Parts: sequence; structure tokens; C-alpha cells
Amino acid sequence: MDEALLRSLTPSVLAILVRRGADFAAAEDAVQDALVEAVRVWPADPPRDAKGWLVTVAWRKFLDARRADTARRRREDLVEEEPTPGTAPTLDDTLQLYFLCAHPSLTPSSAVALTLRAVGGLTTRQIAEAYLVPEATMAQRISRAKRTVAGIRFDQPGDVATVLRVLYLVFNEGYSGDVDLAAEAIRLTRQLAAAIDHPEVAGLLALMLIHHARRAARTAPDGSLVPLAEQDRGQWDTKLIAEGVEILQAALARDRLGEFQAQAAIAALHADAPTAEETDWVQIVEWYDELARLTDNPVVRLNRAVAVGEADGPRAGLAALATLDDSLPRHTAVAAYLHERDGDLTTAARLYAEAAHKATNLAEAAHLTRHAARLNARLRG
Amino acid sequence: MAKYLLLKHYKGAPAAVNDVPMEQWTPEEISAHVQYMNDFAARLEKTGEFVDGQALAPEGTWVRYDGEGRPPVTDGPFAETKDLIAGWMVIDVDSYERAVELAGELSAAPGAGGKPIHEWLELRPFLSASPTITECH
Repeated sequence: MDEALLRSLTPSVLAILVRRGADFAAAEDAVQDALVEAVRVWPADPPRDAKGWLVTVAWRKFLDARRADTARRRREDLVEEEPTPGTAPTLDDTLQLYFLCAHPSLTPSSAVALTLRAVGGLTTRQIAEAYLVPEATMAQRISRAKRTVAGIRFDQPGDVATVLRVLYLVFNEGYSGDVDLAAEAIRLTRQLAAAIDHPEVAGLLALMLIHHARRAARTAPDGSLVPLAEQDRGQWDTKLIAEGVEILQAALARDRLGEFQAQAAIAALHADAPTAEETDWVQIVEWYDELARLTDNPVVRLNRAVAVGEADGPRAGLAALATLDDSLPRHTAVAAYLHERDGDLTTAARLYAEAAHKATNLAEAAHLTRHAARLNARLRG
Repeated sequence: MAKYLLLKHYKGAPAAVNDVPMEQWTPEEISAHVQYMNDFAARLEKTGEFVDGQALAPEGTWVRYDGEGRPPVTDGPFAETKDLIAGWMVIDVDSYERAVELAGELSAAPGAGGKPIHEWLELRPFLSASPTITECH
């Protein structure tokens, strides 16, 4: 059974239940139950109409739950309503679901969890495993999130930017456990791109595809990080890159530039270079300038300093770095790199060790410590 | 979405405001303290921020490898150990500010006289395990 295909039906089935009059929280639970049932039943007895099967089972689960609820409250006199014949769900319904799950009243972690469950069709256990928290904790996080959005009308227009931020967060979580969150983020962004014609949605999708294409090259067999310049470019997935570039070019042609399109353009320039030495750093700096105009995120200016260091030499990079707040994450790591390029190995070694100390990620800490050790060995020799 | 460790020390933390050793509290004060800790953990489960909580026995053993084919060497416990961890709680929260807020609440657990202990808790961020997507230099 194709689990991704099954899960891709989640938003439309959920939308049908909501359109039939089920409240979002109850409908979402019912769809989850139906998905679990499908995983159990389908391998032996696959339905002819997968979506129809899910709708029928989910609606029955919803009615069962409501009946149990009603009985519990001793209101047997409540007449069971027949489902109102809802109109067929459209792509707009899927879009509304994205908006609801990324609603600004939710914290980022709640929005991520709700999106993965209600839009992605992942089980609470899968989400809990991916984020390394107990299942009970994730269940509570999701039910709180559902309570938070309970009063929000399903058909209210939302802000695409908030949805994109949630999807980007999921993508950046990478992959731990048996759920590949990066792949899941790509799937959900593809689905969003099918529901709404928006250049920034296309930009984010292109960015994810181009980054994802480099995944195999990004880590050595022992799990250590391989920096972009040292990656085996033969391992890059050229098909994914080509797809990402094509989506990006179509988006850029519409002349409504945004943050994700600019980031994707930078990723595309890296992907375009046959060797690290052939990277078009001058154009990358131009894109960083563009990006800095679009966002006040200081990390952009930090990355720009690296690009300036490559385009105009390490001294120019250090000068660009000197204008930035040195408490920025990875500031010290960038300084170490630029000092090494400038030939000041003593300072670079010291800064690499300091940067390793400040790193927030295990692989990155090890990577920076290795750089410090490499330079210290050279300085001793 | 970041995990933090709240570390409680038997020894090694700066002195608490209400610094009376537990064995000098009344039994009711001890019960109230335990209840507060349990309620705190239960509340974090409800907010979807709880990951783990454990208490440790004060005395442990030091162990080290002693070469191929030999059993590990054990030693201790050492009475002079300066830093002694009593237990921990792991939380998964949206921000550093939220982690500080929760640590502050935990530090308000009641002690002698039913008054908050104001004990110092150590707050340590986890290094994330998953590789970041952006490449390093």
C-alpha cells in the first residue's frame, strides 16, 4: 500500500467532513481513525475508490464518536442528523486547511504538529518520534492546537506567508526517526503549490528541491558534515535540481520577488557550478543584497559576508562581517573561516574552537572542532 | 521548538533563598513539595511541553575502562564531590524565554514553612541531533 498516496487524501477527506457540518476537531480525529483503519484493512482488501472509502469510514467514525459523546452527556433525545449533502471539496478547501493549521494564534511548534497531522495525515506517534518527544506530549500539543483554532471559521482567508514559515520549519527539521520530515515538507509544499498560484510558494518549493538534491552529498558515511565546497557534486540529484530550477524560473518571470525565491536563486547558483571554484559568487552577492532588501533577518547579512569573502577576498568578507552583531548564531564560525582564508591560522583555530563551543547542533559542533584540530596540528607541525 | 534540560543539584548550585535542608521540614511540607513537583510535570504534559523527568540517588559509582580483557575499575563515591545532580526535567518549548519561565516556576516549589525554596536550577539547551539544512563553511 502506498502510504504517501493514502496520506495525500487526508486534506480533501477532512474538508468533506467539515463541509458536511462536522466541527474541525472532531472531523480531524475521525479522519485519523479512518487512516489507521485503512492501514490495517487495505493490504488484504484494497478498496476500488480509496477516497470514497475514507470518507464513508471517517463519517461513520465521526457519528460513532458523537453518539458516544451524546450518550455520555445523557442527551439521548438529540436526534441524529443525516449528513447534509456537502458540495464537493475543491482545491480551496485544501488551502483553507493549510491556513487553519498555520493560524497566527498558534505557536510555531503547535502549527507544525497540527499541519503534519491534519494536512499531512501523519499519526501522533509518527510526529512524536520525528520530534523526539513522548507520544502523550505530542497528543496534548495537537489537542491544544485544535482547541486554539476551534473558534476560527474554516473559510476565512489566511496569510500564505505564515503557511510557508511552518512548511520551512518542517523542512529544516530534516530527518530523524522513520519519518522523513524534509520529504514530507516537500510533499506538503507541492500540494500547496497545486492549490494556490503564488510565486513565493513556488520559490519555497524550488528552494526545498534544490537543497534536497544535495542531501546525499551533505553527510559523510560516518554522519559528519561535508561543506558545500567539498561535496561530491556527482552525488547531487540533477533531476531534482532541474525541477527546482524550472519552477524557480517560472516564478521569477512573474516579477514578484520574495524571500524564498531569492534564497532559491542562491541555491540554484550553487547547484549550477560544476565545481566549487566555478561558483558565480558575484551573482550570489547580488542575490544576497536583494534578499537583505526583502528581509531584516541578520542571518542573511552573515551569509552575505561569506559570499563577499569569496567574491572579493577574505579581507572584504571580514570587513562586511565587522558591521554585524557578533552575538549572531554562527558569526564566530564565519569569522574563523574568513581568517583561515586570509592566512591567519592562529586566530582561525581559536575562533573555530570558540564556534564549536557555541554551536547548537551536534554535527556542526563536531565539524567545527575538527577544523580547529586540523589547524592546531598544522600550527604545531 | 527546542529541548532544554532543567537540572536540580544536591550540591554545587548557589544557595537557595529558603535554604533549609529537606530533613528539617515537616512531613506536610515534604508532601506539599512532592505534590507541587508532580502537578508541575502533569501541567507540562497537558501543554505538550514535557519530555522526561527523573530523580537520581545521591550516591553513585565512578567507573572507567582498565584495558583489554580486564574488568572496569570502580571507585567512589567521593564525599568531597563538589557538584551533585539530584534530578532533571527535559522540556520541549518554543523559546528560551519560555524555558526560563518554566524553570522559574519549578524553582518556586514550596519548602520549609510552605514558602518557595527559590532554589537555583541549571538550564541547559540540548544540541539538536538532526543536521541543519544549510551548509557550513
